[in-house]
Amino acid sequence: MSDARSEILSRVRDALADVDPAALPVESPPGAAPTDVLTRFAERVADYRAEVVRCSPDEVAARVADSLVEGSRVVVPPGLDVDVANAFVDEGLSAAELDRVDAVVTACRLGIAETGTIVLDHEADQGRRAITLVPDRHICVVRAEQVVADVPDAMPRLDPGRPLTWISGPSATSDIELERVEGVHGPRTLIVVLVDGNQSTSTSVGDRDGS
Amino acid sequence: MTARGAVVHWARDAADANRVIVDVARTHAVDEVVKVKSMVTQEIDLNGALADAGIAAWETDLAELIVQLGDDLPSHILVPAIHRNRAEIREIFLRRMHEVGRPAPTELTDEPVVLAAAAREHLREKFLRARMAVSGANFAVADTGTLVVVESEGNGRMCLTLPEVLVSVVGIEKVVPTFAELDSLLRLLPRSSTGERMNPYTSMWTGVTPGDGPQEVHVVLLDNGRTRALADEVGRQALRCIRCSACLNVCPVYERVGGHAYGSVYPGPIGAILNPLLKGTGDPQTDSLPYASSLCGACFEVCPVRIDIPEVLVHLRTQVVDARRDDSVPKPEAVAMRAAGYAFGNARRLRWAERVSGLAGRALTRFGRSRLPGGRAAAGRLPGPGAAWTGARDLPAPPRESFRAWWRRTKGGRVDE
Ligand code: SF4
Repeated sequence: MSDARSEILSRVRDALADVDPAALPVESPPGAAPTDVLTRFAERVADYRAEVVRCSPDEVAARVADSLVEGSRVVVPPGLDVDVANAFVDEGLSAAELDRVDAVVTACRLGIAETGTIVLDHEADQGRRAITLVPDRHICVVRAEQVVADVPDAMPRLDPGRPLTWISGPSATSDIELERVEGVHGPRTLIVVLVDGNQSTSTSVGDRDGS
Repeated sequence: MTARGAVVHWARDAADANRVIVDVARTHAVDEVVKVKSMVTQEIDLNGALADAGIAAWETDLAELIVQLGDDLPSHILVPAIHRNRAEIREIFLRRMHEVGRPAPTELTDEPVVLAAAAREHLREKFLRARMAVSGANFAVADTGTLVVVESEGNGRMCLTLPEVLVSVVGIEKVVPTFAELDSLLRLLPRSSTGERMNPYTSMWTGVTPGDGPQEVHVVLLDNGRTRALADEVGRQALRCIRCSACLNVCPVYERVGGHAYGSVYPGPIGAILNPLLKGTGDPQTDSLPYASSLCGACFEVCPVRIDIPEVLVHLRTQVVDARRDDSVPKPEAVAMRAAGYAFGNARRLRWAERVSGLAGRALTRFGRSRLPGGRAAAGRLPGPGAAWTGARDLPAPPRESFRAWWRRTKGGRVDE
């Protein structure tokens, strides 16, 4: 339909005949600059009813193990550098097979403190998009150096050529009488393991009541 | 996008776009598609076109599912089923789900958590089975060919990731020049729309990714009146709209009349300007939309992309009036306005008109029994052509004494009444 293409483009040109074609540069307002990026990240992720576990590098495997329900079936992407006992590696499971998996453990590309977001670019340590979508529980390992302050800091670090999934808390809906319900289609439980060299602590919804 | 393996189609109008999508579905011999909530596919009535071709389109957004199963129309940009309460939703699920897929559990209650779980089960069956999905896009990036879908439930991710074939319909106004420019928009949209710092899920994809997601990706770039809107120097700003729905939520008119009253896919203040801009004037329903406003300006105040909706409304009213100036039979409003212009044009005439209206007020309050909140008397039903107006509303009775008469009598309040 190349004729439709030229027709539409020429309509656009005609419509804009009165406009100076010099594009105005769009200035993005500056992002937040919190002093303690990691603490803010942990607070904001927990604010979305995800659980946040902070720990040192040598505790990662243990904290991940704690986050899994015993006896559940766990899938991991081929490039994950965390040992997960009894997990099997995704080698192109079908959607129906994934539907029988209970949990998934992945790394991420980066974390955004201000918005409490983790961004996956589905490299080998994060796996295909489907594995972090179909299972009900997602455990995501975020390393301290991966956390940036705000969205403008994240954009230049992302490769738009890769599929990107931004996750801010578990799946949610407010479609029924505006009452928020967690977990409609995506994972209903999101646990973020934040690796920052500190002693392990954990923040979840209950901890922040009244704060 | 082409460089990254996507097939790009251009569509002048709804018919073009629907033809492309039906063709893709036929090529793959599918008889059902899953859909991500999108205004643009409603705009082109894709579901209708697919049904005509014998293809079922399943809405997968919870609210859209409620609307679809209830044989209903969306009433809000963001929460399309806001006009349904939980009991109605339970009833709809019990009655319809089994006809189109996995039935609702018999012990279904009207708790939102339980209803959402039923929808999860019902739809998961369809996600796992579907071979083709149709989506819109919140944004499209020119320099990288990336498409962006912003959502919360994960149904978008399901549709964008699991099927083999994906078709995305993208209005040409959704294009932003560079990837970096997404930054502001991604921060604005969730804040203005749901008040969250960030929505739960945002998906971005560029063409085909080998081994991950759909391996056949189509994009339909849609005009359907957008270039007409672009040619309108005042109105073109409406194309900046990011469909956050903030203007609906503050609009006193929308609050009263609800989304269905706009008779179009885009309701509320933005709908009142977007529909006439896309379709042009001439149709009585579309022409009435620019009048569905008190011009209070609240929509302009909340709009994150600074669309001056009141300015465009006034501009469009001018267009509607100009288009009708030559109608042989003048509209009752035109007659009334002309009479008002005549009366206001001269102080003596106004005084006379006020005296008449004061008398009318006395007469009307005598017959009318009702009182408006605040104690002011309401006139009863008007006779003649005014009856249509008073059939559904209370008409405040004209005051017995005009302001100017009161001023003369009391010297502006300095003399006790
Ligand atoms: S007109 Fe502005 S406030 Fe209304 S939906 Fe569009 S972007 Fe939001």
